Amino acid sequence: MAEYQTHEYDVIVIGAGGAGLRAAIESSAMGAKTALVCKSLLGKAHTVMAEGGMAAALANVDKADNWQTHFRDTVLGGKYMGNWRMQQLHAQESPERALELERWGAVFDRTPEGKINQRAFGGHTWKRLAHVGDRTGLEMIRTLQDKGVHQGIDVFMECTIVELLKDSGRVVGAFGYWRETGKFVVFKAKAVVMATGGIGKMFRVTSNSWEYTADGHALALRAGAELIDMEFVQFHPTGMVWPPGVKGILVTEAVRGEGGLLKNSQGERFMERYDPKRMELSTRDQVAKAIYTEVKEGRGTPHGGVWLDISHKDAEYIKKKLPSMYHQFKDLADVDITTSPMEIGPTMHYIMGGIRVVPESGAATVPGLFACGECSGGMHGGNRLGGNSLSDLLVFGKRAGEGAALFARDNGAHVGFDDAQIKRTEQDVLRPFESRASHTPYDLHFELQDLMQDNVGIMRTGDDLKTAIAVFPAFNEKLRGARVEGSRMFNPGWHLAWDMVNMLLIAEVVARAALQREESRGAHTRLDFPKTDSGGYWETVNSCATYEDGRVGMGLIPKPVMPAELKALVDATA
Amino acid sequence: MSRMQTGQKVTFRILRGEGDSLKEVDYHVEAETGWVVLDAVLNIQATQAPDLSVRWNCKAAKCGSCSAEVNGKPRLMCKTRLDDIDTSQPVVVHPIKSFPHVKDLVADVKWNYEVNKRITPFTPAKDADFTYYQEDVDRVQEFRKCIECFLCQNVCHILRNHEAHSRFAGPRFFVRVAGLEMHPMDTADRTQFLDQEAGVFLCNITKCCTHVCPEDIHITDNAIIPLKERVIDRKYDPLQWLVRKVTGKK
Amino acid sequence: MSHPVTLGKQGFFATLRKDAWWVEPALVAGILTAFGLYSTISAVLLRTKFEVGPYLSPFYEPLLTPNWWPFSPAILILWAPLGFRATCYYYRGAYYKAFFLNPPACSVTGYTNKNFRGETKFPFTIMNLHRFLLIFALALNVFLWIGAIKSFRYEGEWGIGLGSVILTANAFLLMMYSFSCHSLRHIVGGRLDCFSCHRTQKATWDKVSGWNESHKQWAWMSLFSVAIADIYIRLVAHGIISDPNTWSTPLRVIH
Repeated sequence: MAEYQTHEYDVIVIGAGGAGLRAAIESSAMGAKTALVCKSLLGKAHTVMAEGGMAAALANVDKADNWQTHFRDTVLGGKYMGNWRMQQLHAQESPERALELERWGAVFDRTPEGKINQRAFGGHTWKRLAHVGDRTGLEMIRTLQDKGVHQGIDVFMECTIVELLKDSGRVVGAFGYWRETGKFVVFKAKAVVMATGGIGKMFRVTSNSWEYTADGHALALRAGAELIDMEFVQFHPTGMVWPPGVKGILVTEAVRGEGGLLKNSQGERFMERYDPKRMELSTRDQVAKAIYTEVKEGRGTPHGGVWLDISHKDAEYIKKKLPSMYHQFKDLADVDITTSPMEIGPTMHYIMGGIRVVPESGAATVPGLFACGECSGGMHGGNRLGGNSLSDLLVFGKRAGEGAALFARDNGAHVGFDDAQIKRTEQDVLRPFESRASHTPYDLHFELQDLMQDNVGIMRTGDDLKTAIAVFPAFNEKLRGARVEGSRMFNPGWHLAWDMVNMLLIAEVVARAALQREESRGAHTRLDFPKTDSGGYWETVNSCATYEDGRVGMGLIPKPVMPAELKALVDATA
Repeated sequence: MSRMQTGQKVTFRILRGEGDSLKEVDYHVEAETGWVVLDAVLNIQATQAPDLSVRWNCKAAKCGSCSAEVNGKPRLMCKTRLDDIDTSQPVVVHPIKSFPHVKDLVADVKWNYEVNKRITPFTPAKDADFTYYQEDVDRVQEFRKCIECFLCQNVCHILRNHEAHSRFAGPRFFVRVAGLEMHPMDTADRTQFLDQEAGVFLCNITKCCTHVCPEDIHITDNAIIPLKERVIDRKYDPLQWLVRKVTGKK
Repeated sequence: MSHPVTLGKQGFFATLRKDAWWVEPALVAGILTAFGLYSTISAVLLRTKFEVGPYLSPFYEPLLTPNWWPFSPAILILWAPLGFRATCYYYRGAYYKAFFLNPPACSVTGYTNKNFRGETKFPFTIMNLHRFLLIFALALNVFLWIGAIKSFRYEGEWGIGLGSVILTANAFLLMMYSFSCHSLRHIVGGRLDCFSCHRTQKATWDKVSGWNESHKQWAWMSLFSVAIADIYIRLVAHGIISDPNTWSTPLRVIH
C-alpha cells in the first residue's frame, strides 16, 4: 500500500451532513478513533439547505403531542411502507436529540414561555417542528460541526470516496481521491458509516446540490449491501419554477406551515378537491400530485406551476419567520412574497429508499458497514413527512455512530486489503483521461437527467420505465468512453465521470424497483396501476435490490410486522 | 436594471490556471432570462471548459460555497444576477483572495477551519435550565445566520493586504465569538482570546466585511465593535476595574 | 501564509473594481480637511465676534473665560468633541480609508505591512478611550441645549430668530450623534448577556441600537450643523448678513 497515502482509523464516516456529523460525534465520544470524510468543505452538506424544521414531539406548543402521535403520523405518512421499529425509535428519541442539540449551542426560536418553539407542517397532527426561522438545517450543521471539531474528530474535506474496500466479506476501509490534487488515498477502518445523502442529481428538476450523486447507495450496493424501497422518490410540491436558472430550488414547506395558500390560475384553492381536511398541509406526495394534475389539466401558471401565496400575512411576520424565502424570491426572481404570490411546482427532493439497516445499530447487511440519514432506507417508507428528515439524521446518526464504534471495539484488529481491488478501481477511475470520444460526462449527465425526469418521474407507466431500463446498458458503454480534459487537479469534469458511474447504477435500481411495484402508493405513482393496494399484498413487501457479478438484482422481501400494541396505536385513530 | 433576454450574448473573463501560470480567458455564452453568474460559469464548464474548477453546492445562497470576485466585488456567484451587472463589457470573474490559490476559481480556505478550532466552544453551566426567551437570542441568531462564505475574510484588508493570518481571526470568527459570548447560557470568557490571539484590535473598522455579507449580518456594528467594547471593559477601563475589585464580580 | 492571486496591476490602488470607488474616500478626505482647517481658523485664530445677541457659536459652548488662559476659549472646549469624533467608530473607518489608505476602499490595495499593528499600539490605543470622551460629549450636549433654549430669549424678551432655529437643530443633531454612539450602546445594555433579566436596559439598548444604525448620518449631519451654526453667527456678528427674528432690539455683538 506504500504507493498511496494511507490513514488508519477505528471508524470512518463518509459524508458530513447532519447524519455523518452526529455519527462521528457519537463514535468519537465512545472512544473510537474517528474520521469524517466529505466531498465538499465542512458545513456545506445538503443539511444546510433544510429549512422548515426538525420534527420532535416536545409538546412545547401543543401539549397533547407525544411520541405515539408522532409515530402514528409517520406510519400513515409513509403509507404503511416504513420499518415500524425505526419509526418507533425515531418518534421516541427525537425530543431528546433536539434538546441535546440545544445544549450543544443550537439557538432555536423560542415560545413565550422560553422553550423551543414548534410550527405546523404537512402530515403532522400537532405543531411539532422545532425551527430557527427557515434556516434550521444551517443551525443544525453548524452546531454539530463545532461540537465535532472540538471533540477531536479528524475531518478530511474535499475527498471523494470512490469505492469501499473489502476483505473476506467484510468492509475494511475506503478508497478515494483528493479533489484538489487528484491523488488517491486509502482509509483503513474497522467500521465504515455511510452518510452520503441522496440521489437527486439524476433528475433534471431537483432541489439537490451537485453532491447528491447516489454515492453511498452505489458504493454500498457494490460492496454487497441491499437497497430497499428505491421506487419511493419524493417530489417536493413546492420548488421554484421561474426564472429558468433557479428551476427546482426549494420553497420550504414552512410557507404552508405558516399559513400559505395554494391556488391555481383560476384562483381556486384546489387542495379542496384532493384533501379537503388537511388542505395545504396534506402530505407531500398528495400535494405534489395535486399540483401536477392542476398543471396537466390546464389550470397552471404561465411558467407551468401553481401559485403559493402568503401575502395575506403581515409583511414583518413573513420576514421574521421566512427570511430566506423572502430574500430568495426577491434576489432571484424579483418577487416580493409579502405582496405577491410565488410561482411553484414539484421538484425532486428526497429518496425514501436506501441501504437496508438494522434499526437499532444502523448496521447494513455487510459486516463492517453502517448507514444513516438519507442514504439509508426503511425509516420513511413510501413518503417522508417534512421535518422528519432532520430528526432522522440525529436519531439514526447517533445510533449508527454507536453501532460502528461497538463493532470496531469488538472486531479489534485491522484486516488486510485486496490490493487487486484497489488497482482495478484506480484504473476504472482514471480511464476517462485516455478517451478520445466526442462526448463528455456533462453531456451524459444531461441525457440521464432527461431520461429519469421523463420516464421515472412523478407519474410513471410500465412502458416508460421499460424504455429507461432498456437504455441503461448502452448508456453504461457510452460512459466508459466519455472524454475528460485537463489534469487531475480539481477537475470537475473528471469528478463527474465517476459520479455518473454511481448515478447510472442507482438510476437503474430506481427504475427497476418502480417497474416492480404494480400499484400506486405514496410517492410512487403508476398511471397503469393507479390504485393503492390497501391491506393487500403490496402493503406487505418492500423492494430489495442487490448487486452480483456486475448486475442489479431486484426482488421483494417481507415487510417486518408491526407488534399488536403499536398497530393498535395506528389503527385507533386512523 | 434591464432584464436579460434569453439568447443575449455575454462574455465572461474568467481567471484560469494554477501556480504561476495564470491567465484570464474569455468565454462567450448565450444567457437565459434570470441567470446568475454561477449559471454562466456552470454552462461554460459543461460546454466549453470541462475542467474549469469552481466550488458550489446549493445554488440558493444558503451554503456559501460559490464565493468569487465579480468585476472586483466579492459576491456569491449564485446570488449575482446578470440583470444587476454591466454585461455590455466582459464580466470579470476571479477567485477570492486572502487565501492560497488552488486552481481557476478555487482557493484554499482551510486556514479558516484551523482558526475555528481555537475558539472555546459553547460552554453552558452544568445542569443549566435552558429556559430563555426570544429577546435574549435575537442578537445571537443574527450571528448564527453566517453561511461561512468567507467573503468577509476575503475582503478584510488585515488578511488580504497585511496578511496577518497568524495574528488575526478575521470577521467571520468575530461573528462566531459574538454568537457565543452573547449567548445567555454560555459561561466561558473569550476576552483574552479576542485580545491576544484573535487580534480584535487589529481591526480598524472599515466595514468592508459588513458591505459584502450576503446574509446581511451587521458584522462591524453588531459583532466586532461590541466585542471590542467588551475587551475594553477589561483592558482599558479603570472604572470597570474598580467596580470589579469592589464587587468581586467577574 | 497567503499567496493572493497575482494577475495584472499590484500595489497601491490595485483593484478589479470597475465602479468609482475613489469618490467616497475623496469626499471624506475633502470634507474632513475643510472642516479641520475651518475649525482651527475659526476657533483658534478668530478670537472675536463669536457671540451675538442670544447666539453663542457652538465651538464656544459653554463659554469659559478664565483669566489665566491666554488662548482662545474654544480650545478649552473643543478637545472633547474633536476627540469624541476622532475616536468615533464610524469616523475611524472613514478616515483610515481617506487619509491612511488602509485600505483606500474595500477590495482596493493600499498601504500594506506584514507587521501591521492596527490599534494595538500607542497612539492608536487612544481610540479605546472613546467611552470617556462620550461622557464629555454628553455633558456638552446639555450645555448646547441650554444654549439653544437661551437663544430664544434676548434682552429679557422671548422670541425666535433664524439663529435660534439653527442652534436648536444643531443641539438636536449633536445629541443624536452622541445617543447613537457605539460605546453608549454597549454601556446601556450591549454588555449584558441576558436581556430578559434586565428588561429596562434591554429597552434602552433597543432604542440606542435603532439610532446607532444611522450613526454615520448623524455624524455627518451634526458636523455640518456645527460648521453652519458657527459660520452663521460670525456672519451675523460681522454684520455681513442680518438675522431675521422677532426681537425689537437689534442684535449686539457680545464677544
